[in-house]
Amino acid sequence: MNPSSAASMKCEVSFTVNGEPRKVLAYPMERLLDVLRKDLGLTGTKEGCGEGECGSCSVLLDGVLVNSCLVPVAQASRTSIVTIEGMSAHDLMNSLQEAFLECGGAQCGICTPGMILAAVHLLEKTPEPALADIREGLAGNLCRCTGYMQIFEAVTKAARRRVAK
Amino acid sequence: MPRKEGWDKVTGAARYVDDMVLPGMLYGATVRSNVARGKIRKLSFEASVAWDEFVLVTAKDIPGKNCIALILDDQPCLASEAVNHPEEPILLLAHADRHELRKAVEAVSIEYEPLTPVHSIEESERQSTIIWGSDNTFKSYLVEKGDLEAVWKEAAYLVEGEYFTGAQEQLYIENNGVIAVFDPENGVTVWGSLQCPYYVHKALMALCGLPEDKIRVVQMETGGAFGGKEEYPSMIAGHAALLAIKSGKPVKLIYDRMEDMAATTKRHPSRTRHRTAVSKDGKILGGEIEFTIDGGAYATLSSVVLSRGTIHAGGPYYWPSVRVRTKAVATNTPPHGAFRGFGAPQSLFALERHMDHIAQVVGISPVEIRRRNFLKPGQTTTTEQTIREDIDLNRLLDRALELSDYAAKKARFAEENKKGMRRKGIGIAAFLHGAGFTGSGERYLNSLVGLEAGADGRVRVLVSSAEFGQGTNTVLCQIAAEALGIPYECVSIAQPDTTVVPNSGPTVASRTAMIVGKLVQSAAKGIKQTLLNTGLLRDDYTGEEFQVACGEYIVAHGALNSYARYEAPGDVYWDDEKYRGEAYAAFAWAVYVAEVTVDLTTYAVAVDDFVALQEVGKVLHPILAEGQITGGVAQAIGFALYEKVVWQNGRMINNQMTNYIMPTSADLPPIRVFFEELGNVHGAHGAKGIGELPMDGPAPAIVNAVEDAIGVSFRSIPLLPEDLFEALRSESLEQDGSFLTRGAA
Repeated sequence: MNPSSAASMKCEVSFTVNGEPRKVLAYPMERLLDVLRKDLGLTGTKEGCGEGECGSCSVLLDGVLVNSCLVPVAQASRTSIVTIEGMSAHDLMNSLQEAFLECGGAQCGICTPGMILAAVHLLEKTPEPALADIREGLAGNLCRCTGYMQIFEAVTKAARRRVAK
Repeated sequence: MPRKEGWDKVTGAARYVDDMVLPGMLYGATVRSNVARGKIRKLSFEASVAWDEFVLVTAKDIPGKNCIALILDDQPCLASEAVNHPEEPILLLAHADRHELRKAVEAVSIEYEPLTPVHSIEESERQSTIIWGSDNTFKSYLVEKGDLEAVWKEAAYLVEGEYFTGAQEQLYIENNGVIAVFDPENGVTVWGSLQCPYYVHKALMALCGLPEDKIRVVQMETGGAFGGKEEYPSMIAGHAALLAIKSGKPVKLIYDRMEDMAATTKRHPSRTRHRTAVSKDGKILGGEIEFTIDGGAYATLSSVVLSRGTIHAGGPYYWPSVRVRTKAVATNTPPHGAFRGFGAPQSLFALERHMDHIAQVVGISPVEIRRRNFLKPGQTTTTEQTIREDIDLNRLLDRALELSDYAAKKARFAEENKKGMRRKGIGIAAFLHGAGFTGSGERYLNSLVGLEAGADGRVRVLVSSAEFGQGTNTVLCQIAAEALGIPYECVSIAQPDTTVVPNSGPTVASRTAMIVGKLVQSAAKGIKQTLLNTGLLRDDYTGEEFQVACGEYIVAHGALNSYARYEAPGDVYWDDEKYRGEAYAAFAWAVYVAEVTVDLTTYAVAVDDFVALQEVGKVLHPILAEGQITGGVAQAIGFALYEKVVWQNGRMINNQMTNYIMPTSADLPPIRVFFEELGNVHGAHGAKGIGELPMDGPAPAIVNAVEDAIGVSFRSIPLLPEDLFEALRSESLEQDGSFLTRGAA
């Protein structure tokens, strides 16, 4: 797909990002990832592979965890998107971020925003996940630094704290 | 102590190079060779592209020397007359629109006069085609100890084996990337994802023909490196700098995943041959070790990788006599480079597989063969370095066996493996890893670190050591805070920027906590001493008093800072000619145990449990230390079982995360990490290097466990299901029966 060819003209796309209504002028097949990073300056969403394997570009789209490198922006029209910057937009985000810090769940940090969004998504569906649920729930988000063990700890800790509240 | 830059990372606020945008910025792209070896005949540009909108750079535009300055300076920054590997950069393009750029790259075609390429260690050493120097050999070493000829006669057993390891991609999640700007007054500034700001600085001076003060290199937050951003950033920074010089505009050059995987460095493939003389009771009398690595098309760091592989080839065992012959050879593939472990994972894989092989020949257990040959304090390594540390490898082994419940599992698996399609096995590996640069390396580096205190009593650490996940920022601030007796929160670390920080050496070789940490400690003591000497501070001061003292000192003297330079310990001697002496100031020691299941239906190997026990001196920060081990073990499990680089005519053809498979959260066993702490005189608070160690042991432990499970000896990694299938099928054909009915060995 060639986004700059004359056949595809820029169009206006509206959606909600981290609770705020946003409007962008973009080629319909432009990647949501690029729109978030370049047009909206939300650079917390990272590109790792550009083909939906690594999960670094994960965002929540109407509550569903998606790889924003695989989502054409037109498809995001009239949806509600949560990125890592939407910390205040989500009650789980803060406890997860703290747990990641405490347990050593972030090393180089490039997978961390996507990983935290995947964890948010997991804990919404499964508030008290077993280790197997966490392994499965994060399997679409690659981390090359940690060997995942400290990420599992962080997610477990955040879940327990939340249930305890 | 939380990670210094941790909050920025978990909130997405941390700034990586691709997050940075400069006004008027262009994007860069690289046109690369698509042949392995040939003479460049002609570059043609399709007329459909408006070429006058593009900035074009070829070798002719290089103001300085067309090379990536490193060791031998043999690698061109841009190929001009000939290419020596696929993906070799030839032409650079820049344009404001990335989509136009992509089309333009495809609109360039290059004609070559093809030359015969070399694609394997064997072809290279045959020397029927010479592609580098006079003999295709970048470097060779010979280590000799004792009288080897005598032991061949004494030996009860001569045990031979040949072992192979494949290339491995570092696969940091953030691809290589830089931004460069140029103006005639200030020269070139580069922001990038990199490990060694001063390597890039040196390379840019040579390439741009500019003096020291006209090159500035700044490390941005770096999304993983593992050695993959040790030498390569000099190349990509050079390219961006050339485009910036020619265009006069900022240029961002960021690789996508496919380009990064195909064009940048990987772990050196290796071949190791062992011939070992063993006594009747399983003692090593001596041996010959031949270790050869494939360096790719240019020398780059191969000589240094080879050196580490050479010194680690004898492992944690006592060799009364030994001859280690090693070489790095040229092939027409992109140069292989630094990757965590740096040659040691290759030669240690061979050794630790070979130890199991020796055990079988002698008829003793894998545990016993190691016990009988472990190095003891007072004995010497293959390079005749005397072990001065009080290391007890038998005790380390005992503890690892206990933690993994080795004996009980071994017996149970042998029983259970008599039936069923899922066979279980358990394997061990014992190993060591030298911390810091080899031999006289640290002396040549001559590292300098600084500390500066502010009038508010806050202290800033000035080092060129980069944070890329390992915890550099945190550990160095922690060391400074402890040495100064002030809270961790009062210490910060400067962003590595060559105009701000001194050259504390590259961030490699597990040297940061031990070598740079020790210098930070010394510099901190310098600040403290200054305040004590001037009477502004008394011995048992509080944090507040320290703050007041800093303020008073700065009012009186203008600034308060302290620098510390590396001083070689008196007992570290090294002979570069004979490759003999104190190779490393300290070794970390480890025994790892892997438990696996081999599924005879799918031929997949799963690691079920992993015990990683190591002695790394004082553990400075338990959470970070554990994270280094779990991450290294995970990467090494990939090295052993998943990560296969598929080559075609010298080019990686599975250069995507879809078909080059690294471990996911669903693939890994529990990685259980344990430490012993002996302390070490050379590092800050007795710390030794830790980062690379966990890369060395898992692969042989896993393949040893596979042999324990199914009784088939594999000598090559990665070991993928298709390799198991092939080996088991040919074995069952040979035996004219089904291996499935056999009990495990």
